[in-house]
Amino acid sequence: MTDTTFEPTIIGFTCNWCSYRAADLAGTARMKYAPNVRLIRLMCSGRLDPTFVLRALSQGADGVMITGCHPGECHYIEQNYKALRRYLLLKRVLKGMGIEPERVKLVWASAAEGAKFAAETTAFVEEIRKLGPLHWRKKSDQFSVISEAEQKEVAA
Amino acid sequence: MKPKFAMYWAASCGGCEIAVLNTHEKILDVDANFDVVFWPVAMDAKYRDVEAMEDGSILLTLFNGGIRNDENEHIAKLLRQKSKILVAFGSCACEGCIPGLANLSPVGEIVQTAFHTLTTDNLHELYPRSSFDVPEGELYIPKLEKVLRPLDHVVDVDYYMPGCPPESHQIAAVVDLVIKVVKGEAELPPKGSVIGAGDSTVCDECPRARNVKFIKQFNRIQDVAPVDPTLCLLEQGIPCNGPATRSGCNARCPNAGAQCIGCYGPAEGVLDYGARLITAFASVIDANDPDEIEKILDGIPDPVGQIYRFNLAGSLLKANREAWKVK
Repeated sequence: MTDTTFEPTIIGFTCNWCSYRAADLAGTARMKYAPNVRLIRLMCSGRLDPTFVLRALSQGADGVMITGCHPGECHYIEQNYKALRRYLLLKRVLKGMGIEPERVKLVWASAAEGAKFAAETTAFVEEIRKLGPLHWRKKSDQFSVISEAEQKEVAA
Repeated sequence: MKPKFAMYWAASCGGCEIAVLNTHEKILDVDANFDVVFWPVAMDAKYRDVEAMEDGSILLTLFNGGIRNDENEHIAKLLRQKSKILVAFGSCACEGCIPGLANLSPVGEIVQTAFHTLTTDNLHELYPRSSFDVPEGELYIPKLEKVLRPLDHVVDVDYYMPGCPPESHQIAAVVDLVIKVVKGEAELPPKGSVIGAGDSTVCDECPRARNVKFIKQFNRIQDVAPVDPTLCLLEQGIPCNGPATRSGCNARCPNAGAQCIGCYGPAEGVLDYGARLITAFASVIDANDPDEIEKILDGIPDPVGQIYRFNLAGSLLKANREAWKVK
């Protein structure tokens, strides 16, 4: 079931040397893509601490997009491979926490690939739209005591 | 009049209490310098006695255990009100610890597992109820909450003392400090500090030799034979949680030939313990091909249990999504 009124909130972590420029290129070329993504520029996808992703998801993001240079083209030699390994382990952890691993996506896009960046962003927004809102609990008071009715349900 | 001392256990195993007793004769210093007013494990006391105390009349309360039911929550709030210094004592109160792993399951499933296991015939489908009428009146048992919460999710906490349990020499040092503060010979650390622990990582205290790590395969420690007693365990492909874990235990487990499992919680400045471990493990994998990386990651069959064994309830995500639903 797709909620047509649901607009996903996406946080995008982009590499300064490639995908951030790809986004720039998409902008200067006036390509159209989904406006749901909020880009945060990092110096490299290898700078991406998985904490950023977990914090984004726990604070209201419905999906996180990580973009970096193509394999072998990292400005810092091989940090995008580290990002890849973190991403693959992070997805396993998300699955264990009941979050669809598809909510986090890794995309390689060079500085010349504005069109690819725009297309991938739009595709990702649509994927998240299908998954629906994440609605992660932001505060622990939302974890409070079970209501009487729920208590009966547990006991039943 | 001696200052008052209290210690309470909520959702915990009792190991923290044992660790306090393990301070040996230091426990006599506690008795000599404090008036122990409330300590359910060690002495008889009633909640109503605590309720009758003046607000802020207890100088020091060591609170161990997480908040799992409404009784835990009530006592946490009560002790906060009555205590000047409230210490989250031990991993459960700091970050959920092993009881926090129940946050991976909905509460209904937990009750089912406990009352309907392979070895338990629950023929009459009997489950606990929060209240029950008997001729003498209404009996009441605490209600479970959806998830386990660390103490500071419920009340304001002054200090954190990590460890499962906190090391006895660290407890002794903290007791000494508080006694000195009472006598006016020392000052308390700033509020919110982690006390009775170091500010670095377990690796920093670990005597094993460290080199650049290239891991082609992760193994459980029992599957590695022989384990090199002098070489970094992570370097031998054994997932060791030392890189993310706070120092303070003198690297007890790696010294004894076992991997660090992370009971001292996140090191200074680490916002999410598991995320730091993801980074640590991912950095040492010696592969750049996605399929090969996946194969190496298969060597960590339970990633959440591995990276959040002590820290799930205190992590950024706090609980499995299913745990919020009751059934």
